[in-house]
Amino acid sequence: MTTEATALQLGLTAEEYQKIIELMGRVPNFTELSAFSVMWSEHCCYKNSIRWLKTLPKSSPKMLAEAGEENAGLVDIGGGLACAFKIESHNHPSAIEPYQGAATGVGGINRDIFTMGARPIAQMNTLRFGDIALPRNQHLIKGVVKGIGDYGNAFGVPTVGGEVFFDPCYNTNPLVNAFSAGIVATDKIASAIAYGEGNPVFIVGSATGKDGIHGAAFASKDISEDSIKDLPAVQVGDPFQEKLLLEATLEVIATGHIVGMQDMGAAGIICSTSEMSAKGQHGMDIDLDKVPLRQAQMQPFEILLSESQERMLVVVKKGFEAEVIRIYDKWDLHCVQIGEVKTHTHVRFFKAGELVADIPAQALVLGGDAPIYDRPYTEPPYFQQAQQFDIQQVKEPTQLADLQAIAKYLLAHPNIASKKWVYEQYDSMVGTANGSTNAPADAAVVLVKGSLFGKSNLTKSLVMSVDCNGRYVHANPEVGAMIAVCESARNVVCAGGEPVAITNNLNFGNPLNTEVYWQFVGTINGITQACIQLGTPVTGGNVSFYNQSASVGKAGGDVNNAVFPTPTIGMLGLMDDLTHQTTLDFKQSGDWVYLIGQSHNDIGCSEYVYSYCQVKLSPAPHFDLETEFQLQQIVKTLIRKGVLASAHDVSDGGLLVALAESMMPRGLGVDLQISLPQGVRADAFWFGESQSRVVVSVSPQQQAAFEAALQQAAFPFQRLGRVAGSAFQVNGETWFDCAEALTWYEQTLPSFLSA
Amino acid sequence: MKFGILVFPGSNCDDDMLYVLRDILNQQVTKIWHKDRDLQGCEVVVVPGGFSYGDYLRSGAIARFSPVMQAVVEHAQRGRYVWGICNGFQILTEAGLLDGALLKNNHQKYTCKNIYLQVGQTQSALTKQLDPKRPYRIPIAHGDGRFFASSDVLKRLEDNDQILFRYCDAQGLLTDESNPNGSTDHIAGICNKQGNIWGMMPHPERACDPLLGNTDGRFLFESLLHQL
Repeated sequence: MTTEATALQLGLTAEEYQKIIELMGRVPNFTELSAFSVMWSEHCCYKNSIRWLKTLPKSSPKMLAEAGEENAGLVDIGGGLACAFKIESHNHPSAIEPYQGAATGVGGINRDIFTMGARPIAQMNTLRFGDIALPRNQHLIKGVVKGIGDYGNAFGVPTVGGEVFFDPCYNTNPLVNAFSAGIVATDKIASAIAYGEGNPVFIVGSATGKDGIHGAAFASKDISEDSIKDLPAVQVGDPFQEKLLLEATLEVIATGHIVGMQDMGAAGIICSTSEMSAKGQHGMDIDLDKVPLRQAQMQPFEILLSESQERMLVVVKKGFEAEVIRIYDKWDLHCVQIGEVKTHTHVRFFKAGELVADIPAQALVLGGDAPIYDRPYTEPPYFQQAQQFDIQQVKEPTQLADLQAIAKYLLAHPNIASKKWVYEQYDSMVGTANGSTNAPADAAVVLVKGSLFGKSNLTKSLVMSVDCNGRYVHANPEVGAMIAVCESARNVVCAGGEPVAITNNLNFGNPLNTEVYWQFVGTINGITQACIQLGTPVTGGNVSFYNQSASVGKAGGDVNNAVFPTPTIGMLGLMDDLTHQTTLDFKQSGDWVYLIGQSHNDIGCSEYVYSYCQVKLSPAPHFDLETEFQLQQIVKTLIRKGVLASAHDVSDGGLLVALAESMMPRGLGVDLQISLPQGVRADAFWFGESQSRVVVSVSPQQQAAFEAALQQAAFPFQRLGRVAGSAFQVNGETWFDCAEALTWYEQTLPSFLSA
Repeated sequence: MKFGILVFPGSNCDDDMLYVLRDILNQQVTKIWHKDRDLQGCEVVVVPGGFSYGDYLRSGAIARFSPVMQAVVEHAQRGRYVWGICNGFQILTEAGLLDGALLKNNHQKYTCKNIYLQVGQTQSALTKQLDPKRPYRIPIAHGDGRFFASSDVLKRLEDNDQILFRYCDAQGLLTDESNPNGSTDHIAGICNKQGNIWGMMPHPERACDPLLGNTDGRFLFESLLHQL
């Protein structure tokens, strides 16, 4: 028998406990209450966010499964194929045990993809750490990168892109968001559903142990000194099992004998049984004695809540059990019938013949009776303070030596410097589909090999990018979120793709803090506006709250103890004509270098003003959604006309960094003739991060066509100079040599991490 | 059947090899499950990359006990071709078909990138058509790729011309920086004394598709096809 005190201990509120009693029509026992505690955690039911998530744009003609309908979003890519893709966080476990925390994040997101019948073909990840100079953070970075690498490399899916960003706001709470994309023939899609009285329910894959119990609940509270006591809440990953599970699962789905399947991530058996049942408006009777266990004497609530990795729940059409078991046997995987589908719409669990839990499936799940909260929000005082910033507070650097020093500082800054130390630890080439290995671009280009999916004549690529500058979102959630969506789209466009849809990972502090919640609401509004403008619906994703160090005092802690609001955007794009693939590197001397887009007298939120000038509060960079959309249309048109030799968007570090990044791959310099646009300071011109700008190079043969196209579109552009020599030269003065820049750019991360 | 690709639980470069042989080079090729004992009459057995059995004990250590390996040993003893790449190379050394061992990279990290290979000999079918003066750009992707052998074994490998490939730089020079894992004498690939069993850490199958911007790996395949 349970009491309100038990509920509070399990992380539920008194009101939630009363609601559970109403739904059950009686006082729940401990096993049942445990089930509610995880299913009603933010991680499983999005109770603090769903009211706003529902406002995101979800539909487009290309969507085969909309947000929330399946384990991941599903986009029609033509030719009888669909792409399943999603991003998910593993922030809290990674803060405690970086290696396993990150590894199981990779495992979980890939299971979401192949449970739908899709074979994962590319992964990305976005990482946020605190100050790279701190030993604890170096420990986290090394552990997370090794965890992602060891899991993804053995699993055999290439890691093709990502981002890493450092800021002291992530000192307590690193962010680890993992993205995966897979391909499935549209007639082989599997669904996370259970129906049909008497259909057998199987558990497949690893045995169930005591790891990860209350992991979902753990992810739904602040990180504190006591969090280390939650260590058993961190799961342990086995990529080898996952690889077997992948191959066996796709083979089983191909038989056509499957009703539905769902992976067991957060909240384990209780989550998969209740969600599949609720979706199919059926129930299940499950015998917990049949579940293969790793250790003796596990309590019913432990079996139900265990987050042991590499497990799936599979509902098979009755009569076809033998064929399904034969396939799992071939792959040496456990495949054990633990129950059957019922029409009674409850999930009922038995142990030693006794009914130990009996809960209406609908009562547990999102979309059923799980609570939905409308949280209050208030604008934090820092927002208005940030708007007070005036560029005149910063002395304009005009001397060559000053500009050189800033250029060197930025190219060597951990947020801008090469992430080679990280990505060379990931297998980026397995699958022989990574089109960016020898063709650097703003977004990853991944070939869809039709022959792997029974469509041998297919030639097209996925183009994908993950982006978010949390500093911008902190300064202005609405604008910052729009920029995150648009930058990921701009990257896809610059690489030659057409943006199609996004997945998002919303990383925030404690939602009970009204100022944190204000950041969340603004972010949702920003994503909504940008996605509507770009025609890229939100296909799903993940919300991670409580990325905040605990503080005593007011409820929900202090917004200043939260991470920057970090809504990571994973943009999926398509490239139907492979000749559109466009790279960021300058190709040859003599090509013209242009800036497309308008320069503004703006250094707001730039790495320059924040890190070099140490001005910690300034407004988000200049941004106009309509202009951004126009820019992307123009770049797309230029690429389709074959006018561009290279394209690279201006983002962190501004124009100077964009130019340097285009120079370094081939060691080609630039000879620029610059007169600063009227009213634009030197630092704003070179280092400002105002949006909607792209650096391109154009061969002399294409110059006329290029200028004509931009004039016709009446879109601002500036000729900067030519590709020439091996140095960065402005008006005859050499700022730095290409080789020198490459050294600054490549030595930073190893200097902190290879000691 | 010309080519047979072994599939162990945890192999993950089998599909890539299949794609190159079947879709790019138009060869007859089949996969051979590790529990099978019949090599289906194939001329070349390819042991692909990956993490067979998770490589939890030691890379390649468990795979050599798979039922199919007995047939592979017999195939090799009859002088037929066996080609191990990455994890396949590790498996062949564990099985005793090739000399030496692959240890953890000297920098202790998994590493994936393009490197350059210098051709060590041109007597084997795999290298016969290759140019010893030209560096070949081929990707690597491994954590345990540091080739190690005792000095006696090294001398024998040298004396018998069993060193197929060495890591070099883009100019073909054996600089310290060009050795990506600390392999003894820059060794990236070797063969047995008879020259019919080949093992190499780099992945030529990852450098065959023009859409990926690097086709240096095709020279190895073409050299081999020339001999079949």
